[in-house]
Amino acid sequence: MDSPAAAPAPIRVLVAKPGLDGHDRGAKIVARALRDAGCEVIYTGIRQTADAIAATAAQEDVDVVGLSILSGAHLGLARRTVDALRATGLSDVKVVVGGTIPVSDIQPLLDLGVAAVFPTGTPIEALVAGVRRVVGAG
Amino acid sequence: MAGTEPESPRTEAGLPVERLYNPETAKLDYSHIGDPGTFPFTRGNFPGGYRDKPWTIRQYSGFGTAEESNTRYKLLLERGGTGLSVAADLPTQIGYDSDDPDVVDEVGRVGVALDSLADAEILFAGIPLDRVSTSWTINGTAAIMLAFYVAVGRKQGVPVERLRGTIQNDILKEYVARGTWIWPPEPSIRLITDTIEFCAEHVPRYNAISVAGAHFRDAGATAAQEMAFTLADAVAYVDAVLARGRMTIDEFAPQISFFFYTHNDFFEEIAKYRAGRRRWARIVRERWGAQRDASCLFRVGCVAGGSTLQAPQAHNNIVRVAYQALASVLGGVQSMFTAAWDEPFALPTEESALLALRTQQILAQETGVTRTVDPLGGSWFVESLTDAMEERLIAIMDDLEAHGGMVRAIEDGYVQGLIADESWRAQRAVESGERPVVGVNVHTTDDPAPDIQIYGLDEAGRRRQLDRLAEVRRARDGAAAARALSELSAAARVEDRNLMPLLVDAVEAYCTVGEIVTALREVWGVYRQPVVF
Repeated sequence: MDSPAAAPAPIRVLVAKPGLDGHDRGAKIVARALRDAGCEVIYTGIRQTADAIAATAAQEDVDVVGLSILSGAHLGLARRTVDALRATGLSDVKVVVGGTIPVSDIQPLLDLGVAAVFPTGTPIEALVAGVRRVVGAG
Repeated sequence: MAGTEPESPRTEAGLPVERLYNPETAKLDYSHIGDPGTFPFTRGNFPGGYRDKPWTIRQYSGFGTAEESNTRYKLLLERGGTGLSVAADLPTQIGYDSDDPDVVDEVGRVGVALDSLADAEILFAGIPLDRVSTSWTINGTAAIMLAFYVAVGRKQGVPVERLRGTIQNDILKEYVARGTWIWPPEPSIRLITDTIEFCAEHVPRYNAISVAGAHFRDAGATAAQEMAFTLADAVAYVDAVLARGRMTIDEFAPQISFFFYTHNDFFEEIAKYRAGRRRWARIVRERWGAQRDASCLFRVGCVAGGSTLQAPQAHNNIVRVAYQALASVLGGVQSMFTAAWDEPFALPTEESALLALRTQQILAQETGVTRTVDPLGGSWFVESLTDAMEERLIAIMDDLEAHGGMVRAIEDGYVQGLIADESWRAQRAVESGERPVVGVNVHTTDDPAPDIQIYGLDEAGRRRQLDRLAEVRRARDGAAAARALSELSAAARVEDRNLMPLLVDAVEAYCTVGEIVTALREVWGVYRQPVVF
């Protein structure tokens, strides 16, 4: 990815649903959009713990973890996922968060180490561009 | 369909709509339609429709601790609501106690936290359970909530046969959408058959199940898929009860109800309810040989709102909900929840919740739509669309049958894939502008959408919940609680034991939701989801 001459390797993305909320229409749309845009996408399914997400991220060697959170519990769940990734030695994996996120919580999420936030209503193209940007491919 | 021009517009589910309908094209056969209250019930379940019995206005509500929800329920009843609808928090729905370290972020957040009978007692304090009916949006732990309700009724001195209400209790759609599953399908369906038998025998005015299409719909299914998948789920449950060989269809079918979302495509929604009602009546009579008309009735609750509500220009949602409510009533539903306009970004305020309630009251009392039964019956268009919808339902159900039945089609992710395809199509249609959404892709303004407000249980509420749970564990007869749990586990290993009486014993011994679910998980294991997108 560093050399502009080499064909860029596809971005590997883990789309994950932490917490207990099972509404994953948005997560699936994002997964499909990223796949259509040329990313290699793994979706965890719902109700994943932070440790399970970190383990899958390590196993699948992903560049980005995308958390989809609609329950309102995004601050706690994002913090725990970022911590779990660090504890697994994956500090370089970028974390992005999508879902029902109040504007006032965007900065606190970024302060936790989240690379980008995509609130509900973000157009697909903007989301794909945002994911490319956080891995330095946009 | 020979006259359909290629550019003929279609409903959201893809049914073609002609420029004009008349007696020539519609070819109505009234024996196929029937009077209201007469098989196959196209025009409604009851001969008198809303003249005899208005629909139940049932506003979904519940948050924080039992005290806060109890206050809100009393307010809704005081203001003319005619039934309660309990929203439980996710830990309660999935079977974790509030002090479980895995769920600290979610206690009391999207509904009320119910850990033990002590919470349920407070939730219904001062609410007479013989006069108010209660609907529960609960599935994995539905049998435990039914046990709570029976136990609270006993404490209030209400005979169990006078309890009225509904538990959603529809696990199959949870595997597809919404996701509050706990155990694998087989034992989960067994527990559902236990509740159906228990209600038929002891709680005759209680709906043991509300087979729900709403969550398919919000996950992206079309109106036709929503209805067809729901009917297919209902077929699976009824087959399971009948396979036990202890009851005839006529002994329990009258306690099955249904639940849907009403979305924006006005006539399609009306046709959905009319076609679904007719299809269910035919299935019950033709597949299972029901003798009683009561077994054939398709009793429906619905929600106006859901994923059709938008955050930009959020006040527009008031209008969307009102049109959806009208479509629901013209479709002949039995109960309705109208969502508040601020739902896409906040827990409804008292003011927005009241406006949602008033939307139904204006419809019921000012517009005159209740004066005659099924006012659209015989409309060339509506009857034609109802027929087209029913044909589509049959085609979708045949496809599921060919796939090995609904349970199989869920276990291998087939249904999930069909919904994901439709969800993707709808998303593209909105983003491309092909499907107009006012305030979102047409008639937009520069005003920012209101910011999302998250409801979180405050520290005092969380403390109160945890203290009560600790007190329950301390004050109960520990030996009795342990005994109730071990008897439950032992019975769970025996396929044809009905677990409901044991669940009532367990909650009366103040066993917690988490303890009961854990005991059953040790016997039944956990569900492994197929991942499809």
